Amino acid sequence: MAKIATREAYGKTLVELAEKDDHLFVLDADLSGSTKSGMMKKVAPHQHFNMGIAESNMMAVAAGMAASGNTVFASSFAMFATGRAYEQIRNSIAYPKLNVKICASHAGITVGEDGASHQTVEDISLMRGIPNMLVVCPADANAASEAVKAVYKKEGPCYVRLGRSGVDEVYTEGAVPFTLGKGNVLHKGEKVAIIACGMMVQEALLAKEQLQKEGINPTIVDMHTIKPIDEELLVSLAQTHTLFVTCEEHSIIGGLGSAVAEVLVQKAPRKQVMVGIRDLFGESGTPAELLSKYGLTAQHIVEAVKKNME
Amino acid sequence: MLVSKYKQHAVNMRKNILKMVTEAKSGHPGGSLSAVEILTALYFTQMDITQENLNSIERDRFVLSKGHASPVLYAVLCEKGFLLEEELCTFRKIGSRLQGHPSMRMLDGVDMSTGSLGQGISAAVGMALSNKAHQKPYRIYTLLGDGELQEGEVWEAAMCASHYQLDNLLAFVDFNGLQIDGNICDIMNPTPIDEKFKAFGWHVITLEDGNDIEQVIQACEEAKTIKGKPTVVIAKTVKGKGVSFMENQYTWHGVAPSVEQCEEAIQELEGGRS
Repeated sequence: MAKIATREAYGKTLVELAEKDDHLFVLDADLSGSTKSGMMKKVAPHQHFNMGIAESNMMAVAAGMAASGNTVFASSFAMFATGRAYEQIRNSIAYPKLNVKICASHAGITVGEDGASHQTVEDISLMRGIPNMLVVCPADANAASEAVKAVYKKEGPCYVRLGRSGVDEVYTEGAVPFTLGKGNVLHKGEKVAIIACGMMVQEALLAKEQLQKEGINPTIVDMHTIKPIDEELLVSLAQTHTLFVTCEEHSIIGGLGSAVAEVLVQKAPRKQVMVGIRDLFGESGTPAELLSKYGLTAQHIVEAVKKNME
Repeated sequence: MLVSKYKQHAVNMRKNILKMVTEAKSGHPGGSLSAVEILTALYFTQMDITQENLNSIERDRFVLSKGHASPVLYAVLCEKGFLLEEELCTFRKIGSRLQGHPSMRMLDGVDMSTGSLGQGISAAVGMALSNKAHQKPYRIYTLLGDGELQEGEVWEAAMCASHYQLDNLLAFVDFNGLQIDGNICDIMNPTPIDEKFKAFGWHVITLEDGNDIEQVIQACEEAKTIKGKPTVVIAKTVKGKGVSFMENQYTWHGVAPSVEQCEEAIQELEGGRS
C-alpha cells in the first residue's frame, strides 16, 4: 500500500473546500509547495495569498481576515508556524477566538535531513497551552482529510499537526470515523491501553501485532484530538486497563502523554508510560533512522509494554 | 463652527482619559492624550460607524495597534454615544468590559483585540486584504505608536500592505517621540520614519501638528485619493497633550496621576487650553 503524507491530504481537501466557499482564504509563508496549501490555487487562485517569509505577520493577517467574516487557513512548517508566530497565535487569534485554522506541516523529527532547526518536538505543547485552541494530530492521510473538514466546520481557532513523510493507511478512504474530541478505539484488548496520535498510530498497530504473538492483547486508541482530550474514553478505559502507554512523535513534556496524564492523575490514576522524545532536540538523518534513534518505533512500544506490565 | 465642535469633543475625551487612568490607578495617559485629535477626526469625520452598524463588518473599521492607548479608544466610543460615561470608571477593574488593552470580544465597537505591539497593523492589513478580495468599499484605519515601529512585524506588515496594493488602508503613526524608557531616538532610533515607509512603497503624509484636527482631516482626505498603495500619516504629536505637567514627559507614558493631579489637569483643560 502506498504511503501518503498527511500534508498531501490537506492540500487535496483544501481544493474541495475552497471551490465551494469564497469566504475561505489560505495564507502561506513561502512554503505553499511543501505544505501543499498551494494546491487550491488551481481552483481558487484569488483565495490564496502568499505572505512571504514572514510568519508573524501572516498569523495576525489571518486574524484580521477572520475578523472580517472569513475562514482562514494559515500554513507553514510547524516549527515556524507555532514557534516564530506563537505570540501572534496567542494574542491575535486565540484570545479573540477568531476563525483561523493553523495547518502546519513538517512537524516532529520525521522532517528528517533538515535537522533540529526544522524539527519541532514542542508544537503540541505550545498550542495546547493556549486557551480557546483546539489541537488535532491525524494518523494518516485519510484521517487528515477528515480532520481538515472537521476544523473547517468548527468555529474558532484550531491547530492541525501534519507531517512531511508518508504514513501507512490506518483508515480506509471514505470510512474514517472522525469526531473532534472523540478518540477512536481501533482495537479492543485488555489490561494495556496504547494511546497514540499522528504517525505513531501506525507504530502502535504494528506493536499490537507483535504483542499479540507474545500473548498480550493491548487496546489501541487513535487520540487524534489532543485538546480537548477525550476524558470520557480515558476514564472508561481506566476501569478495565491497568497500564496506559502513550505514543507521540513529540516531546514527552506537554504533548499527548501529558494530556492523558492530566486526566488520569485527576480522575482515575493508573500507571502510565510515555513513549516520545525525551527532552532532546532532533538531528539530521532519514526519518526511519531518527525514529529508531529517538525511541519511536513499534519495537520501542513493545518493550515499554513488556517492561511495565505487572 | 465645526472645528470648535471637534475641539469640545477633544476636551471631553481628554478629561475622560484622565478620569479613567486616575480611577484605575494605572494605565497609559501620555500616548492616549497625544492621539485624541487623530481619533476625533476618524470617528467624527471619516468612519461611517453608527450605533446600528457597531457590530457589523459592513463599515469602516479601526485597529488600535498601540493597544495600550485604550483610554483614547474608550473615550471616543463614549463621545460617540456607544458607551455610557458611567462605565468608564470600570476601566481596568475586575469584570469590566474596558480591559487594560482592548478586547473585541468584550466591548462592542472594538474592531480588533490588541495590546501586543506590532500585531494590530498586521490585523488591519488582513481586514484591508479581505475588503479588497470581496470588493467591499470600506476603509481600514490603524494607529501605531512611534516606539512600536521598533517591532519587526510592523515592517513585515508594511511590506505586505504595499505588495497587495492596499489603498483602502490608512495607518497613522503617533509620532510623539517618547516611549516608556525615554526618547525613541535614544532607546532605538526608528527615524527617518517617512523614508522607511517610502522605501516600503507607501504614500507618506507628514503632519507638522498631529494635534491639529484640521491637518488630520486633510490627510485623511488626501489618502482617499491615493490609488494602488497604502498611505501612512506620520503625525507629529505631543505626548501628554493638553496637560502642561504631562506634556513631552516620557515618565507619563504608563503612570496614573493622583486625584489632585487629575483635578489640576481637568481645570487646565476646562480653562480652554487643549
